[in-house]
Amino acid sequence: MKRFAGWTLASPATLLVLLGLVAPVAATIYTTFGTPGGPFATYQAFFGSGFRRTVLLRTINVSLIVTLIAVVIGFITAYVVSRAPGWLKSILIIAAVFPLLTGVVVRSFAWLIILGKNGILNSTLINLGVIAEPLSMLYTQGSVIVAMVYLFVPLMVLTLVGVLEAIPDDLIQASASLGANSWATFTQVILPLAVPGLIVGAVLVFTGSFTSYATPQLLGGEQVMMMGTLMYQQAMVTFDWVSASTIAAIMVVITIAIVMAMNAAARRLNPMTV
Amino acid sequence: MPTKIHPALIGFTALVFLFLVGPLVIVVGAALSDTTFLTFPPQGFSLRWFQNIFEIDAFRRTILTSLQVAVISTFVALLIGIPASYAMSRYRIQLPGWLSTLFVLPVLVPELVLGFSLLKNLAFQFNAPIFLSLIIGHTILILPYVIRVISASLASFDFSIEEAAISLGSPPLKTFFTVLLPNVRSGVIAAFILAFITSVNDVSISIFLTGPGISTLPIQLLAHMEQFFDPTVASVSVMLMVLTVAVMAIVERTLGLTFLAK
Repeated sequence: MKRFAGWTLASPATLLVLLGLVAPVAATIYTTFGTPGGPFATYQAFFGSGFRRTVLLRTINVSLIVTLIAVVIGFITAYVVSRAPGWLKSILIIAAVFPLLTGVVVRSFAWLIILGKNGILNSTLINLGVIAEPLSMLYTQGSVIVAMVYLFVPLMVLTLVGVLEAIPDDLIQASASLGANSWATFTQVILPLAVPGLIVGAVLVFTGSFTSYATPQLLGGEQVMMMGTLMYQQAMVTFDWVSASTIAAIMVVITIAIVMAMNAAARRLNPMTV
Repeated sequence: MPTKIHPALIGFTALVFLFLVGPLVIVVGAALSDTTFLTFPPQGFSLRWFQNIFEIDAFRRTILTSLQVAVISTFVALLIGIPASYAMSRYRIQLPGWLSTLFVLPVLVPELVLGFSLLKNLAFQFNAPIFLSLIIGHTILILPYVIRVISASLASFDFSIEEAAISLGSPPLKTFFTVLLPNVRSGVIAAFILAFITSVNDVSISIFLTGPGISTLPIQLLAHMEQFFDPTVASVSVMLMVLTVAVMAIVERTLGLTFLAK
Protein backbone atom coordinates (compact mmCIF):
# COMPACT_ATOMS: atom_id res chain seq x y z
CA MET A 1 0.00 0.00 0.00
CA LYS A 2 2.72 2.42 1.02
CA ARG A 3 4.81 1.25 -1.90
CA PHE A 4 1.89 1.97 -4.24
CA ALA A 5 1.34 5.45 -2.80
CA GLY A 6 5.03 6.22 -3.14
CA TRP A 7 5.17 5.11 -6.75
CA THR A 8 2.00 6.97 -7.67
CA LEU A 9 3.42 10.23 -6.39
CA ALA A 10 6.86 9.72 -7.90
CA SER A 11 5.68 8.35 -11.25
CA PRO A 12 5.08 11.58 -13.23
CA ALA A 13 8.60 12.85 -12.55
CA THR A 14 10.06 9.37 -13.10
CA LEU A 15 8.28 9.01 -16.44
CA LEU A 16 9.35 12.45 -17.60
CA VAL A 17 13.02 11.74 -16.90
CA LEU A 18 12.81 8.25 -18.44
CA LEU A 19 10.94 9.32 -21.59
CA GLY A 20 12.34 12.84 -21.98
CA LEU A 21 15.96 12.24 -21.05
CA VAL A 22 17.00 8.58 -20.76
CA ALA A 23 15.21 7.34 -23.90
CA PRO A 24 16.19 10.16 -26.31
CA VAL A 25 19.81 10.26 -25.11
CA ALA A 26 20.07 6.45 -25.26
CA ALA A 27 18.63 6.56 -28.80
CA THR A 28 21.21 9.17 -29.81
CA ILE A 29 24.05 7.01 -28.49
CA TYR A 30 22.52 3.83 -29.98
CA THR A 31 22.44 5.27 -33.51
CA THR A 32 26.22 5.76 -33.43
CA PHE A 33 26.68 1.96 -33.40
CA GLY A 34 24.27 1.21 -36.24
CA THR A 35 26.14 2.75 -39.16
CA PRO A 36 26.87 0.74 -42.34
CA GLY A 37 30.64 0.62 -41.80
CA GLY A 38 30.41 -1.53 -38.66
CA PRO A 39 29.54 -0.80 -35.05
CA PHE A 40 32.55 1.44 -34.33
CA ALA A 41 32.88 3.08 -37.74
CA THR A 42 31.78 6.52 -36.50
CA TYR A 43 34.28 6.39 -33.66
CA GLN A 44 37.04 5.33 -36.03
CA ALA A 45 36.08 8.28 -38.21
CA PHE A 46 36.14 10.62 -35.21
CA PHE A 47 39.51 9.52 -33.89
CA GLY A 48 40.87 9.14 -37.41
CA SER A 49 40.33 12.81 -38.14
CA GLY A 50 43.25 14.94 -37.04
CA PHE A 51 41.01 17.98 -36.71
CA ARG A 52 38.55 16.24 -34.40
CA ARG A 53 41.32 14.72 -32.30
CA THR A 54 42.75 18.22 -31.92
CA VAL A 55 39.35 19.54 -30.83
CA LEU A 56 38.98 16.76 -28.24
CA LEU A 57 42.49 17.27 -26.88
CA ARG A 58 42.04 21.04 -26.83
CA THR A 59 38.77 20.67 -24.93
CA ILE A 60 40.39 18.39 -22.34
CA ASN A 61 43.38 20.71 -22.11
CA VAL A 62 41.30 23.90 -21.68
CA SER A 63 39.01 22.20 -19.14
CA LEU A 64 42.01 20.98 -17.09
CA ILE A 65 43.62 24.43 -17.06
CA VAL A 66 40.32 26.09 -16.11
CA THR A 67 39.74 23.53 -13.35
CA LEU A 68 43.24 23.98 -11.93
CA ILE A 69 42.99 27.79 -11.87
CA ALA A 70 39.43 27.74 -10.49
CA VAL A 71 40.43 25.29 -7.75
CA VAL A 72 43.37 27.41 -6.58
CA ILE A 73 41.53 30.76 -6.76
CA GLY A 74 38.33 29.27 -5.36
CA PHE A 75 40.05 27.53 -2.46
CA ILE A 76 41.93 30.61 -1.22
CA THR A 77 38.88 32.83 -1.66
CA ALA A 78 36.53 30.38 0.03
CA TYR A 79 38.96 30.03 2.96
CA VAL A 80 39.07 33.79 3.53
CA VAL A 81 35.26 34.05 3.11
CA SER A 82 34.69 31.19 5.57
CA ARG A 83 36.78 32.99 8.23
CA ALA A 84 35.25 36.45 7.59
CA PRO A 85 32.97 38.07 10.21
CA GLY A 86 29.23 37.41 9.70
CA TRP A 87 28.18 40.62 7.91
CA LEU A 88 31.15 40.58 5.55
CA LYS A 89 30.59 36.89 4.81
CA SER A 90 27.00 37.63 3.74
CA ILE A 91 28.14 40.39 1.40
CA LEU A 92 30.85 38.21 -0.12
CA ILE A 93 28.45 35.30 -0.64
CA ILE A 94 25.99 37.67 -2.35
CA ALA A 95 28.86 38.90 -4.57
CA ALA A 96 29.59 35.29 -5.55
CA VAL A 97 25.96 34.22 -6.04
CA PHE A 98 25.11 37.20 -8.23
CA PRO A 99 27.40 36.27 -11.14
CA LEU A 100 26.40 32.62 -10.74
CA LEU A 101 22.72 33.46 -11.24
CA THR A 102 23.49 35.84 -14.11
CA GLY A 103 23.33 33.91 -17.35
CA VAL A 104 26.33 32.52 -19.16
CA VAL A 105 25.61 34.69 -22.23
CA VAL A 106 25.76 37.90 -20.19
CA ARG A 107 28.94 36.83 -18.45
CA SER A 108 30.68 35.81 -21.66
CA PHE A 109 29.49 39.02 -23.33
CA ALA A 110 31.25 41.03 -20.59
CA TRP A 111 34.56 39.52 -21.70
CA LEU A 112 33.75 40.32 -25.31
CA ILE A 113 33.62 44.01 -24.30
CA ILE A 114 36.82 43.73 -22.26
CA LEU A 115 38.98 41.73 -24.66
CA GLY A 116 37.69 43.05 -28.00
CA LYS A 117 39.86 44.85 -30.57
CA ASN A 118 38.45 48.21 -29.40
CA GLY A 119 37.81 46.79 -25.96
CA ILE A 120 38.64 48.23 -22.59
CA LEU A 121 41.87 46.31 -22.12
CA ASN A 122 43.24 47.35 -25.50
CA SER A 123 42.25 51.01 -25.13
CA THR A 124 43.69 51.14 -21.60
CA LEU A 125 46.98 49.60 -22.74
CA ILE A 126 47.19 52.02 -25.68
CA ASN A 127 46.43 55.02 -23.44
CA LEU A 128 49.13 53.90 -21.04
CA GLY A 129 51.55 53.62 -23.95
CA VAL A 130 52.25 49.94 -23.33
CA ILE A 131 51.26 48.97 -26.86
CA ALA A 132 50.90 50.97 -30.05
CA GLU A 133 48.48 48.71 -31.94
CA PRO A 134 45.49 46.86 -30.42
CA LEU A 135 46.23 43.21 -29.64
CA SER A 136 44.02 40.42 -30.99
CA MET A 137 42.96 38.80 -27.76
CA LEU A 138 39.59 37.43 -28.82
CA TYR A 139 39.29 34.05 -30.51
CA THR A 140 42.32 32.69 -28.70
CA GLN A 141 42.57 29.83 -26.24
CA GLY A 142 43.57 32.37 -23.59
CA SER A 143 40.35 34.39 -23.95
CA VAL A 144 38.25 31.21 -23.64
CA ILE A 145 40.18 30.18 -20.51
CA VAL A 146 39.82 33.61 -18.85
CA ALA A 147 36.08 33.73 -19.49
CA MET A 148 35.60 30.17 -18.26
CA VAL A 149 37.58 30.80 -15.09
CA TYR A 150 35.32 33.81 -14.58
CA LEU A 151 32.32 31.55 -15.15
CA PHE A 152 33.34 28.86 -12.67
CA VAL A 153 35.17 30.61 -9.78
CA PRO A 154 31.86 31.54 -8.05
CA LEU A 155 30.73 27.90 -8.26
CA MET A 156 34.01 26.75 -6.72
CA VAL A 157 33.85 29.38 -3.96
CA LEU A 158 30.27 28.51 -3.02
CA THR A 159 30.99 24.77 -3.06
CA LEU A 160 33.98 25.22 -0.75
CA VAL A 161 32.67 27.87 1.68
CA GLY A 162 30.31 25.38 3.34
CA VAL A 163 33.05 22.74 3.61
CA LEU A 164 35.61 25.17 5.05
CA GLU A 165 33.11 26.74 7.44
CA ALA A 166 32.64 23.32 8.99
CA ILE A 167 36.31 23.27 10.07
CA PRO A 168 36.26 24.72 13.58
CA ASP A 169 38.59 27.61 14.46
CA ASP A 170 39.67 25.57 17.50
CA LEU A 171 41.13 22.88 15.28
CA ILE A 172 43.28 25.38 13.40
CA GLN A 173 44.39 27.00 16.64
CA ALA A 174 45.10 23.64 18.22
CA SER A 175 47.35 22.86 15.30
CA ALA A 176 49.16 26.17 15.77
CA SER A 177 49.52 25.74 19.53
CA LEU A 178 51.01 22.30 18.99
CA GLY A 179 53.78 23.96 17.03
CA ALA A 180 52.64 23.65 13.42
CA ASN A 181 53.46 26.68 11.29
CA SER A 182 50.71 28.02 9.04
CA TRP A 183 51.96 26.01 6.04
CA ALA A 184 51.86 22.77 8.04
CA THR A 185 48.40 23.64 9.38
CA PHE A 186 47.28 24.29 5.83
CA THR A 187 48.68 21.11 4.29
CA GLN A 188 48.02 18.75 7.20
CA VAL A 189 44.77 20.04 8.72
CA ILE A 190 42.77 22.27 6.38
CA LEU A 191 43.57 20.70 3.01
CA PRO A 192 42.76 17.07 3.95
CA LEU A 193 39.43 18.17 5.45
CA ALA A 194 38.59 20.15 2.31
CA VAL A 195 39.42 17.34 -0.14
CA PRO A 196 35.83 16.08 -0.58
CA GLY A 197 34.63 19.61 -1.35
CA LEU A 198 37.56 20.22 -3.67
CA ILE A 199 36.73 17.07 -5.60
CA VAL A 200 33.05 17.98 -5.96
CA GLY A 201 33.97 21.48 -7.11
CA ALA A 202 36.63 20.23 -9.52
CA VAL A 203 34.16 17.79 -11.10
CA LEU A 204 31.56 20.54 -11.53
CA VAL A 205 34.09 22.87 -13.14
CA PHE A 206 35.68 20.24 -15.38
CA THR A 207 32.42 18.80 -16.69
CA GLY A 208 30.98 22.31 -17.03
CA SER A 209 33.96 23.46 -19.12
CA PHE A 210 34.12 20.24 -21.09
CA THR A 211 30.49 20.49 -22.24
CA SER A 212 30.18 24.27 -22.54
CA TYR A 213 28.85 25.97 -25.64
CA ALA A 214 28.18 29.71 -25.26
CA THR A 215 31.62 30.73 -23.98
CA PRO A 216 33.75 28.92 -26.59
CA GLN A 217 31.29 30.07 -29.26
CA LEU A 218 31.54 33.76 -28.31
CA LEU A 219 35.19 34.00 -27.27
CA GLY A 220 36.76 31.16 -29.25
CA GLY A 221 34.78 31.10 -32.49
CA GLU A 222 35.97 28.92 -35.36
CA GLN A 223 39.61 29.33 -34.32
CA VAL A 224 39.24 27.74 -30.88
CA MET A 225 36.67 25.07 -31.61
CA MET A 226 35.75 22.88 -28.64
CA MET A 227 33.61 19.74 -28.32
CA GLY A 228 30.41 21.71 -27.65
CA THR A 229 30.85 24.11 -30.55
CA LEU A 230 31.96 21.28 -32.86
CA MET A 231 28.87 19.27 -31.93
CA TYR A 232 26.62 22.24 -32.64
CA GLN A 233 28.35 22.86 -35.96
CA GLN A 234 27.99 19.21 -37.03
CA ALA A 235 24.32 19.11 -35.98
CA MET A 236 23.04 22.48 -37.16
CA VAL A 237 25.42 23.76 -39.83
CA THR A 238 26.57 20.69 -41.75
CA PHE A 239 23.58 18.57 -40.62
CA ASP A 240 25.79 15.53 -40.07
CA TRP A 241 23.72 14.04 -37.27
CA VAL A 242 25.71 10.82 -37.05
CA SER A 243 28.86 12.80 -36.39
CA ALA A 244 27.03 15.04 -33.89
CA SER A 245 25.67 11.94 -32.11
CA THR A 246 29.19 10.51 -31.90
CA ILE A 247 30.45 13.70 -30.26
CA ALA A 248 27.44 13.59 -27.92
CA ALA A 249 28.24 9.98 -26.96
CA ILE A 250 31.89 10.83 -26.29
CA MET A 251 30.80 13.79 -24.12
CA VAL A 252 28.40 11.61 -22.11
CA VAL A 253 30.96 8.84 -21.58
CA ILE A 254 33.74 11.21 -20.49
CA THR A 255 31.42 13.20 -18.19
CA ILE A 256 29.99 10.14 -16.45
CA ALA A 257 33.41 8.43 -16.21
CA ILE A 258 34.88 11.50 -14.52
CA VAL A 259 31.99 11.85 -12.09
CA MET A 260 32.26 8.16 -11.14
CA ALA A 261 36.05 8.26 -10.79
CA MET A 262 35.85 11.38 -8.65
CA ASN A 263 33.11 9.86 -6.48
CA ALA A 264 35.31 6.85 -5.84
CA ALA A 265 38.29 9.10 -5.12
CA ALA A 266 36.20 11.26 -2.76
CA ARG A 267 35.21 8.18 -0.77
CA ARG A 268 38.81 7.00 -0.48
CA LEU A 269 40.30 10.39 0.37
CA ASN A 270 37.63 11.54 2.80
CA PRO A 271 39.42 11.45 6.18
CA MET A 272 36.06 11.16 7.95
CA THR A 273 35.24 7.78 6.44
CA VAL A 274 37.99 5.39 7.43
CA MET B 1 38.68 33.39 19.00
CA PRO B 2 38.64 33.88 15.23
CA THR B 3 41.58 32.62 13.18
CA LYS B 4 44.01 35.24 11.89
CA ILE B 5 44.28 35.45 8.12
CA HIS B 6 47.46 36.50 6.38
CA PRO B 7 47.02 39.99 4.81
CA ALA B 8 48.24 38.65 1.46
CA LEU B 9 45.30 36.23 1.37
CA ILE B 10 42.89 39.06 2.16
CA GLY B 11 44.41 41.16 -0.63
CA PHE B 12 44.14 38.22 -3.03
CA THR B 13 40.47 37.69 -2.10
CA ALA B 14 39.74 41.38 -2.67
CA LEU B 15 41.22 41.05 -6.16
CA VAL B 16 39.12 37.94 -6.85
CA PHE B 17 35.93 39.78 -5.96
CA LEU B 18 37.00 42.71 -8.13
CA PHE B 19 37.44 40.16 -10.94
CA LEU B 20 33.96 38.72 -10.24
CA VAL B 21 32.05 41.99 -10.06
CA GLY B 22 34.08 44.25 -12.37
CA PRO B 23 32.99 42.76 -15.72
CA LEU B 24 29.31 43.09 -14.76
CA VAL B 25 29.82 46.75 -13.79
CA ILE B 26 31.40 47.28 -17.20
CA VAL B 27 28.32 45.78 -18.90
CA VAL B 28 26.06 48.18 -16.96
CA GLY B 29 28.27 51.12 -17.98
CA ALA B 30 28.25 50.06 -21.62
CA ALA B 31 24.44 49.82 -21.58
CA LEU B 32 24.10 53.43 -20.46
CA SER B 33 26.43 54.84 -23.11
CA ASP B 34 25.03 57.32 -25.63
CA THR B 35 27.04 55.83 -28.51
CA THR B 36 26.18 53.47 -31.32
CA PHE B 37 29.08 51.18 -30.44
CA LEU B 38 30.03 49.40 -27.23
CA THR B 39 32.34 51.43 -25.06
CA PHE B 40 33.46 51.79 -21.47
CA PRO B 41 33.59 54.11 -19.60
CA PRO B 42 30.25 55.26 -21.09
CA GLN B 43 30.31 58.37 -23.26
CA GLY B 44 27.32 60.48 -22.43
CA PHE B 45 24.31 59.00 -20.72
CA SER B 46 21.27 57.56 -22.41
CA LEU B 47 18.54 55.05 -21.81
CA ARG B 48 17.81 54.76 -25.53
CA TRP B 49 19.36 51.30 -25.81
CA PHE B 50 16.81 50.02 -23.34
CA GLN B 51 14.07 51.49 -25.49
CA ASN B 52 15.73 49.91 -28.52
CA ILE B 53 15.22 46.40 -27.08
CA PHE B 54 11.48 46.74 -27.44
CA GLU B 55 11.73 48.28 -30.90
CA ILE B 56 13.44 45.16 -32.26
CA ASP B 57 10.76 42.64 -33.08
CA ALA B 58 13.02 39.62 -32.47
CA PHE B 59 13.75 40.75 -28.91
CA ARG B 60 10.08 41.38 -28.13
CA ARG B 61 9.15 37.93 -29.39
CA THR B 62 11.98 36.03 -27.69
CA ILE B 63 11.47 37.79 -24.34
CA LEU B 64 7.87 36.64 -24.49
CA THR B 65 8.84 33.07 -25.47
CA SER B 66 11.46 32.89 -22.72
CA LEU B 67 8.93 34.02 -20.12
CA GLN B 68 6.32 31.55 -21.37
CA VAL B 69 8.77 28.65 -21.40
CA ALA B 70 10.12 29.55 -17.96
CA VAL B 71 6.68 29.92 -16.35
CA ILE B 72 5.21 26.76 -17.89
CA SER B 73 8.21 24.51 -17.27
CA THR B 74 8.63 25.81 -13.72
CA PHE B 75 4.98 25.05 -12.97
CA VAL B 76 5.23 21.58 -14.48
CA ALA B 77 8.47 20.90 -12.61
CA LEU B 78 6.83 21.93 -9.31
CA LEU B 79 3.69 19.97 -10.10
CA ILE B 80 5.62 16.73 -10.59
CA GLY B 81 8.65 17.56 -8.44
CA ILE B 82 6.80 18.24 -5.18
CA PRO B 83 5.00 14.84 -5.13
CA ALA B 84 8.25 13.10 -6.11
CA SER B 85 10.21 14.80 -3.31
CA TYR B 86 7.39 14.00 -0.90
CA ALA B 87 7.36 10.35 -1.96
CA MET B 88 11.12 10.11 -1.58
CA SER B 89 11.11 11.46 1.99
CA ARG B 90 7.87 9.86 3.17
CA TYR B 91 8.26 6.44 1.51
CA ARG B 92 12.06 6.26 1.38
CA ILE B 93 12.15 2.62 2.50
CA GLN B 94 9.50 1.51 0.03
CA LEU B 95 11.05 3.14 -3.05
CA PRO B 96 14.19 1.84 -4.78
CA GLY B 97 17.49 3.62 -4.28
CA TRP B 98 18.05 4.27 -7.99
CA LEU B 99 15.17 6.72 -8.04
CA SER B 100 17.24 9.49 -6.45
CA THR B 101 20.04 8.73 -8.93
CA LEU B 102 17.54 9.06 -11.78
CA PHE B 103 16.62 12.55 -10.60
CA VAL B 104 20.28 13.58 -10.60
CA LEU B 105 20.75 12.42 -14.21
CA PRO B 106 19.66 15.75 -15.75
CA VAL B 107 22.67 17.32 -13.99
CA LEU B 108 25.03 14.55 -15.15
CA VAL B 109 24.01 14.37 -18.81
CA PRO B 110 25.45 17.37 -20.69
CA GLU B 111 22.70 19.86 -21.56
CA LEU B 112 23.90 20.03 -25.16
CA VAL B 113 23.36 16.28 -25.49
CA LEU B 114 19.85 16.56 -24.04
CA GLY B 115 18.98 19.43 -26.38
CA PHE B 116 20.29 17.64 -29.45
CA SER B 117 18.60 14.35 -28.46
CA LEU B 118 15.25 16.09 -27.99
CA LEU B 119 15.61 17.69 -31.42
CA LYS B 120 16.60 14.44 -33.09
CA ASN B 121 14.42 11.91 -31.30
CA LEU B 122 11.38 13.96 -30.33
CA ALA B 123 10.92 17.03 -32.51
CA PHE B 124 12.23 15.39 -35.68
CA GLN B 125 11.30 11.72 -35.19
CA PHE B 126 7.78 12.28 -33.86
CA ASN B 127 7.13 15.68 -35.36
CA ALA B 128 6.65 17.14 -31.90
CA PRO B 129 6.23 20.93 -31.92
CA ILE B 130 9.43 22.84 -31.08
CA PHE B 131 7.68 24.72 -28.29
CA LEU B 132 6.64 21.46 -26.61
CA SER B 133 10.18 20.10 -26.95
CA LEU B 134 11.51 23.29 -25.35
CA ILE B 135 9.11 22.88 -22.41
CA ILE B 136 10.13 19.23 -21.95
CA GLY B 137 13.82 20.08 -22.10
CA HIS B 138 13.54 22.95 -19.64
CA THR B 139 11.32 20.98 -17.25
CA ILE B 140 13.90 18.18 -17.14
CA LEU B 141 16.72 20.71 -16.70
CA ILE B 142 15.13 22.35 -13.65
CA LEU B 143 13.57 19.25 -12.06
CA PRO B 144 16.73 18.40 -10.02
CA TYR B 145 16.78 21.94 -8.55
CA VAL B 146 13.12 21.66 -7.55
CA ILE B 147 13.59 18.21 -6.00
CA ARG B 148 16.72 19.28 -4.15
CA VAL B 149 15.19 22.42 -2.63
CA ILE B 150 11.85 20.79 -1.75
CA SER B 151 13.58 17.72 -0.28
CA ALA B 152 15.71 20.03 1.87
CA SER B 153 12.59 21.71 3.28
CA LEU B 154 10.88 18.33 3.78
CA ALA B 155 13.89 17.11 5.75
CA SER B 156 12.83 19.34 8.63
CA PHE B 157 9.13 18.50 8.28
CA ASP B 158 7.65 16.37 11.05
CA PHE B 159 5.49 13.78 9.30
CA SER B 160 3.65 13.01 12.55
CA ILE B 161 1.78 16.34 12.17
CA GLU B 162 0.44 15.02 8.90
CA GLU B 163 -0.50 11.67 10.48
CA ALA B 164 -2.30 13.54 13.25
CA ALA B 165 -4.38 15.44 10.68
CA ILE B 166 -5.24 12.24 8.80
CA SER B 167 -6.13 10.29 11.95
CA LEU B 168 -8.42 13.16 12.92
CA GLY B 169 -10.30 12.62 9.67
CA SER B 170 -8.72 15.10 7.24
CA PRO B 171 -8.80 13.79 3.65
CA PRO B 172 -5.35 13.33 2.00
CA LEU B 173 -5.62 16.17 -0.51
CA LYS B 174 -6.88 18.60 2.11
CA THR B 175 -4.07 17.50 4.43
CA PHE B 176 -1.58 18.22 1.65
CA PHE B 177 -2.83 21.76 1.10
CA THR B 178 -3.51 22.73 4.71
CA VAL B 179 -0.74 20.90 6.57
CA LEU B 180 2.16 19.97 4.31
CA LEU B 181 2.27 22.83 1.80
CA PRO B 182 2.25 25.68 4.37
CA ASN B 183 5.18 23.99 6.11
CA VAL B 184 7.35 23.85 2.99
CA ARG B 185 6.12 27.16 1.55
CA SER B 186 9.50 28.89 1.64
CA GLY B 187 11.05 25.90 -0.13
CA VAL B 188 8.41 26.04 -2.86
CA ILE B 189 8.96 29.76 -3.42
CA ALA B 190 12.74 29.33 -3.57
CA ALA B 191 12.41 26.34 -5.90
CA PHE B 192 10.10 28.31 -8.18
CA ILE B 193 12.44 31.25 -8.40
CA LEU B 194 15.64 29.22 -8.90
CA ALA B 195 13.96 27.06 -11.53
CA PHE B 196 12.63 30.16 -13.28
CA ILE B 197 16.01 31.89 -13.55
CA THR B 198 17.70 28.66 -14.66
CA SER B 199 15.19 28.32 -17.47
CA VAL B 200 15.48 31.96 -18.53
CA ASN B 201 19.29 31.72 -18.69
CA ASP B 202 19.50 28.37 -20.49
CA VAL B 203 21.52 28.24 -23.70
CA SER B 204 22.70 24.69 -24.22
CA ILE B 205 19.29 23.02 -24.51
CA SER B 206 17.51 25.87 -26.28
CA ILE B 207 20.23 26.30 -28.92
CA PHE B 208 18.99 23.12 -30.64
CA LEU B 209 15.29 23.77 -30.10
CA THR B 210 14.74 26.97 -31.99
CA GLY B 211 12.73 26.87 -35.14
CA PRO B 212 11.05 29.28 -37.50
CA GLY B 213 9.46 31.93 -35.30
CA ILE B 214 10.54 30.28 -32.03
CA SER B 215 13.66 31.29 -30.18
CA THR B 216 14.53 32.22 -26.63
CA LEU B 217 16.15 35.40 -25.37
CA PRO B 218 19.68 34.03 -24.74
CA ILE B 219 19.72 32.50 -28.23
CA GLN B 220 18.54 35.78 -29.74
CA LEU B 221 21.30 37.56 -27.80
CA LEU B 222 23.90 35.22 -29.30
CA ALA B 223 22.48 35.79 -32.79
CA HIS B 224 22.41 39.58 -32.31
CA MET B 225 26.03 39.60 -31.11
CA GLU B 226 27.20 37.83 -34.27
CA GLN B 227 25.87 40.70 -36.39
CA PHE B 228 25.90 43.88 -34.32
CA PHE B 229 28.21 45.34 -31.77
CA ASP B 230 25.88 47.99 -30.34
CA PRO B 231 24.84 48.51 -26.70
CA THR B 232 21.50 46.66 -27.16
CA VAL B 233 22.98 43.41 -25.86
CA ALA B 234 24.41 45.28 -22.87
CA SER B 235 21.02 46.77 -22.03
CA VAL B 236 19.31 43.35 -22.30
CA SER B 237 22.07 42.05 -20.00
CA VAL B 238 21.26 44.77 -17.48
CA MET B 239 17.59 43.76 -17.64
CA LEU B 240 18.59 40.17 -16.89
CA MET B 241 20.77 41.36 -13.99
CA VAL B 242 17.80 43.24 -12.52
CA LEU B 243 15.88 39.96 -12.72
CA THR B 244 18.78 38.24 -10.94
CA VAL B 245 18.68 40.82 -8.13
CA ALA B 246 14.95 40.20 -7.71
CA VAL B 247 15.55 36.45 -7.62
CA MET B 248 18.28 36.84 -4.99
CA ALA B 249 16.09 39.03 -2.82
CA ILE B 250 13.35 36.40 -2.87
CA VAL B 251 15.73 33.50 -2.18
CA GLU B 252 17.29 35.49 0.67
CA ARG B 253 13.86 36.05 2.23
CA THR B 254 12.80 32.41 1.89
CA LEU B 255 15.76 30.06 2.26
CA GLY B 256 18.61 32.47 2.95
CA LEU B 257 21.36 32.79 0.35
CA THR B 258 23.68 30.60 2.40
CA PHE B 259 21.51 27.70 1.19
CA LEU B 260 23.18 28.12 -2.19
CA ALA B 261 26.58 27.64 -0.55
CA LYS B 262 25.81 24.10 0.54
